[in-house]
Amino acid sequence: MKFLVCISQTPDTTAKISFSADGKEFNAAGVQFIMNPYDEWYALVRACELREALGGSVVALNVGPASNETTIRKALAIGADEAVRINAEPKSAAFVAKQIAEYARNEQFDAIFFGKETIDYNGSEVGAMVAEILDLPYISYASKLDLNGNAATFERDIEGGVEVLEADLPFVVSASKGMAEQRIPNMRGIMTARTKPLKVVEPVPFEEQVETVKFSLPPAKAGVKLVDPENMDELVRLLHEDAKVI
Amino acid sequence: MVLVFAESPRGHLKKAAFEAVTYGKKVADLLGTSCTALTLGTVDQAAELGRYGASKVLNVADASFDQFDSQRFAAAIADVAKNNGAKVVIVSHTSTGKSIAGRLAVRLDAGLVSGVSGLPEVSGGQLTVKKTVFSGKAIAEYRITSPVSVLSLMGNAIKPDASGQSVAAENISTNAGSGRIRVKDVRTQEGRVPLPEAEIVVSAGRGMKDPSNWGIVEDLAETLGATTACSRPVADSDWRPHHEHVGQTGIAIRPNLYIAIGISGAIQHLAGVNNSKVIVVINKDPEAPFFKAADYGVVGDLFEVVPRLNEAFKKFKASN
Ligand SMILES: Cc1cc2nc3c(=O)[nH]c(=O)nc-3n(C[C@H](O)[C@H](O)[C@H](O)COP(=O)(O)OP(=O)(O)OC[C@H]3O[C@@H](n4cnc5c(N)ncnc54)[C@H](O)[C@@H]3O)c2cc1C
Ligand SMILES: Nc1ncnc2c1ncn2[C@@H]1O[C@H](COP(=O)(O)O)[C@@H](O)[C@H]1O
Repeated sequence: MKFLVCISQTPDTTAKISFSADGKEFNAAGVQFIMNPYDEWYALVRACELREALGGSVVALNVGPASNETTIRKALAIGADEAVRINAEPKSAAFVAKQIAEYARNEQFDAIFFGKETIDYNGSEVGAMVAEILDLPYISYASKLDLNGNAATFERDIEGGVEVLEADLPFVVSASKGMAEQRIPNMRGIMTARTKPLKVVEPVPFEEQVETVKFSLPPAKAGVKLVDPENMDELVRLLHEDAKVI
Repeated sequence: MVLVFAESPRGHLKKAAFEAVTYGKKVADLLGTSCTALTLGTVDQAAELGRYGASKVLNVADASFDQFDSQRFAAAIADVAKNNGAKVVIVSHTSTGKSIAGRLAVRLDAGLVSGVSGLPEVSGGQLTVKKTVFSGKAIAEYRITSPVSVLSLMGNAIKPDASGQSVAAENISTNAGSGRIRVKDVRTQEGRVPLPEAEIVVSAGRGMKDPSNWGIVEDLAETLGATTACSRPVADSDWRPHHEHVGQTGIAIRPNLYIAIGISGAIQHLAGVNNSKVIVVINKDPEAPFFKAADYGVVGDLFEVVPRLNEAFKKFKASN
């Protein structure tokens, strides 16, 4: 089995978010970056588990600048066999999808793994785009994945429930909570990661169809209005008359 | 023309579909054009979509669409979009819509903005739209420069407006190829509004101490017709089912009213709920970080406050 896991780098959850004065760019100064949790905890770990059970290899791929290599090495420490970095700023989901699809096109992967979304731009776009470019089935928000021969069974999260389905290999999948358990890289993993291959590939040209006009911070909350715990009628009145939500 | 894909899971149009058509009609007005709604597979009351603003309702009455496959759905929607010269294609930002949106963008060679939360600004026929990014910590504005745009609409971003006239659905056929996904089973939790669609959410955390204490939360939710949710440690220790877990690693929601009971308000929790319109926090610790993100706060013991609040809501409902 040959698996591709697409990993992105995002600001840490607790990072303070700010932008350049003109609102055009994310201010990365002082921000701690991590591997996108869905990519790391679920997609990558499940791909590694399946490789451990069935044999084959796991390739971790990131579209990003050289500064992302710490994150890529972490994917190798967790268990990927090799890594590929497509050397470009990930400007948009469509750009990233194009780069991933062009790379994967001739590599005969049995499955391509994504996280359900990135925690920075929250798009949930790249996986579906890659599936369409490569004309593959796409199973999104999978909380369970098992392989049996040439077919795979999935459970996927839907609004208010779970869908159980089956698809043939090859396929594209996006992982949500439940697909695997987070793994902390061990010392041996960290040591061997240093010697595993990390290939750098140049991007293919792409024309953007979406421009970022600007970023801004949401308006500050007016501040909490405290209500006497003895007087819940007052809270109900406020929710009805002021907030108008009941 | 603006084309809206109206989801009909298990044969029924849901709130997300009515929101998407209401939004599509407003986008069509801004562009000086009309709004067409499309349904795939078995659907009851497709004509209803006219009331939400569709001047035309198309249905592909092919039962093979009763099973979801993003590949076939995107092929069918793109086919209808092309045949009708759609300039904007809108889907809901649901598990279904999100799986289709990226595919549609590729098929239609269109720019995509997913999870939009407000109406676009239109200039020179181009759309500029807003969405929240960084898990609710910022807002981004994007301009789509391609001739065709694809948008997915965030739930609860617009109020469905049913002031129009119903329109008889027209049966059409499309070429969507054969599917490669076999749906074996769908397990749904009956009787509740799914969390992403809920207008009122009552949520509780570790402050509840023990799963056997959840009765007061259930009672409050019952009175309000609300859906229940929980913090992550509560789901992780199996006090509550996993599908109730909201936050960064769970579900992101934006109800009109979010009532947080015995939840501290960690940043990862807030990431999933801070787009709620109104937040009420009940916590005995006045220093709990959640109060900073709240609109209304009650500092007190939840075991006393929650039953009292329930009685107050009951009294209010009886007199209104
Ligand atoms: C990468 C990452 C991702 C995460 N993702 C999520 C996520 O998606 N969702 C999520 O919820 N968390 C998430 N967490 C966990 C998060 O950081 C917090 O640990 C968690 O939200 C705390 O849950 P809690 O508020 O229920 O419990 P606690 O933090 O223990 O808070 C309990 C609260 O109850 C109050 N309380 C206690 N007794 C009473 C009483 N009798 N009356 C009134 N109030 C009382 C206390 O004052 C306290 O504020 C994540 C953490 C990490 C590191
Ligand atoms: N720059 C990137 N390099 C590699 N994979 C990425 C990149 N950005 C996003 N992805 C993958 O696409 C998924 C969905 O991203 P998004 O569409 O941005 O929410 C992520 O969970 C990753 O698996």
